[in-house]
Amino acid sequence: MSEEKKLIKVTIDNITVEVEPGTSILNAARQIGGDVAPPAMCYYSKLKGSGGKCRTCLVEVAAGSTADPRPMPKLVASCRTNVMDGMVVKNITSEKVIDARKGIVEFLLINHPLDCPICDQAGECKLQDLSYDNGAPGTRYEFPRRTFEKHDLGPYIQLHMTRCIMCFRCVFTADQLTNQRVHGILDRGEHAEIATYISKSLDHDFIGNVIDVCPVGALTDKTFRFKNRVWFLKPVDAHRDCPKCSGKVQLWFRGDEVFRVTARKDQWGEVEDWICNECRFEKKKAADWVIEGPTKVDRHSVISANHYVGMHKPTEIEPEVMGRNPRLLMDIHSVSEVNRPEIDLSRLPGPAHSDNFNGIENK
Amino acid sequence: MGRKLLLEKAHVEGIRYYDTYRREGGYRSVEKALNTMSPEQVVDEVKKSGLRGRGGAGFPTGMKWSFIAKPEGIPRHLVCNADESEPGTFKDRYLMEFIPHLLIEGLIVSSYALGSASTYIYIRGEYAWVADILEQAIAEAKQNGWLGKNIQGSGFDCEIYVHRGAGAYICGEETALIESLEGKRGNPRIKPPFPAVKGAWDRPTVVNNVESLAAVVPIINMGGEEYVKIGMGKSTGTKLISACGNINKPGVYEIDMTISVEEFIYSDEYCGGIPNGKRLKACIPGGSSVPILPANLLLKTAKGDTRMMNYESLSDGGFATGTMMGSGGFIVLDEDQCVVRHTMTLARFYQHESCGQCSPCREGTGWMHRILRNIETGKGKSSDIDLLWDIQRKIEGNTICPLGDAAAWPVAAAIRHFRDEFQWHVDHPEESQTRNYGLAHYADPLQVPVTA
Repeated sequence: MSEEKKLIKVTIDNITVEVEPGTSILNAARQIGGDVAPPAMCYYSKLKGSGGKCRTCLVEVAAGSTADPRPMPKLVASCRTNVMDGMVVKNITSEKVIDARKGIVEFLLINHPLDCPICDQAGECKLQDLSYDNGAPGTRYEFPRRTFEKHDLGPYIQLHMTRCIMCFRCVFTADQLTNQRVHGILDRGEHAEIATYISKSLDHDFIGNVIDVCPVGALTDKTFRFKNRVWFLKPVDAHRDCPKCSGKVQLWFRGDEVFRVTARKDQWGEVEDWICNECRFEKKKAADWVIEGPTKVDRHSVISANHYVGMHKPTEIEPEVMGRNPRLLMDIHSVSEVNRPEIDLSRLPGPAHSDNFNGIENK
Repeated sequence: MGRKLLLEKAHVEGIRYYDTYRREGGYRSVEKALNTMSPEQVVDEVKKSGLRGRGGAGFPTGMKWSFIAKPEGIPRHLVCNADESEPGTFKDRYLMEFIPHLLIEGLIVSSYALGSASTYIYIRGEYAWVADILEQAIAEAKQNGWLGKNIQGSGFDCEIYVHRGAGAYICGEETALIESLEGKRGNPRIKPPFPAVKGAWDRPTVVNNVESLAAVVPIINMGGEEYVKIGMGKSTGTKLISACGNINKPGVYEIDMTISVEEFIYSDEYCGGIPNGKRLKACIPGGSSVPILPANLLLKTAKGDTRMMNYESLSDGGFATGTMMGSGGFIVLDEDQCVVRHTMTLARFYQHESCGQCSPCREGTGWMHRILRNIETGKGKSSDIDLLWDIQRKIEGNTICPLGDAAAWPVAAAIRHFRDEFQWHVDHPEESQTRNYGLAHYADPLQVPVTA
């Protein structure tokens, strides 16, 4: 047994939690969970050196520690600041933090295109969530937005820099998962862009993971682009015996068809296990996989819309009150031939079509 | 006539070369430090001198040195920040160009104090010819036994390397400078860890400005206690000021921080007044990122005292009515200058130099520049002024490095003190394209509240 570490106490939004020394404020807040956890656009716990750049996780430190209870003069990036014993942190209880976060969201959005209706990330986009929670209803920016040319990063990955918020996650991913760094940042300031310099393909067994780490729709899966909206798909946990990776994935079904394969993500939207390109791009048949069961999706996510997990069906009270079952005065199907009650809409592989009702077999 | 410590010999014929420099008493401080003092004594002497960092922030140099971690078996580094890119500041260039051996001498003593066997000068890429001068001076020093192994028989080894930057203002920020020195993209690091613990190649590192390191030479020569006697209060020693703008005698001046701002602008010894009989409108006393002040607040503090050329007096009143000493880039604006245009130029500079790493600075600097350009070209709205204020407020303090603050402060100060001029641009879009707002009331005497 390893020697026991002394836990230290930290208070975040009036909730005290005990954590190991060396934990960041953000991770301590994530242990509490809920709204206390600051949003993070660039920090990724699985990537070394990530964080500190987007500034959405700024928090106020009202007391540095028991030993030195002075407050910190500026808001600090909670993902890169470690907790001290007796530290008092204010996140959503601090007006300064709320105000600063509003500002950051505005900065992130001024050059972000409003193309959510055609963006594949919509529905699982961290920037969408962030702006719903902290954004203003309108923009104050009156100038043309920054645009870039689209880049092809090989046969599987599309880079659309216009949507990028420069979180650097993909750069860290490529740097830490692959043998050599193949892409990085060119230029600086507003014109900074993720690039391979002269259009090169990103070529590595694990490079597909850059799609999963991207918080916005800047890096998208070319085998899935424009195929479907994520909220029409049903995510299912599955695995296969993969020689390269853990093989634990999520399959995104519509009907019987697997539209895409992604890594499994935890409640903070972070990948649990990196998966290889073969699992992600090549295995798009349900037969390739052992299906474990539906993925639990947070009920606040649009992906869980219409999936009423754990819903209690109200009990019929009419027989109890009236002493008998209600009588149907008229069954619409007995007088109308428009609808066909034996056709269960939810069992159709796609949207309903008149062919389905006219007795023509769906091929 | 103020006392000179750094530039006293700068105009002796041939002082750029070793023989003349040595004949004029150069390298005495190295002899003194290496032969008679321990590294701790050198640090103590610098602490006693009260020397404040000359790069802009004014942090006490001795204290910075005492923070350096000393883990067993890990080399430490001293890095000289010669990436002088602040608009209006050119004092380090002058010093390195005219009297390069002074810097080399200061570097050897400081390296000895910090235990740095490999010391680097990170020089701005645009100063190509200055880098050549420094390399020549280093070669001369090495030939004469002031660098290399076992310097002057003291057992101390030291080498100095000149590293040329590639033209980025951000590389003057110490952690970006270290990244660039390591051969990476010059993005500032997130602190902590501070460079004193993990700097270049993760080794303890101290980064100091050229002038701070050069000032170590007179401190060792005369002793810290003597050095404190020069100057005023916590502004000890002498400071190089690079004066430019609407003055008769632009150039680099060494002041002992006991003169008033008024004397500095108007006396013949220094700037020599404003040309063509124009009146003073505004001034940025410490390089482009410090707040601009109108003439009335520049010459007198809000309390009615005379404003002096030192750290405390210039920052008297905080940002509401004061400014900062900064890096000593003294920019004078006469009555014909347009503050809006001037602020726009600075905003454009910071937009261009933002590294693009963190969101507020990357997006906010460009936004501020575009709004200022609209106001300047007569397309502004009244609400734009409030918007500008809100943007700068949301950048300041929320960024990784001080470039965000440096971009926000000039805009904030311009709006704070010159709001009328911004409003006039908005209200008179056509007139503002043909003439300037002029001096207006910016030099009127201030109402000093009477204290009972």
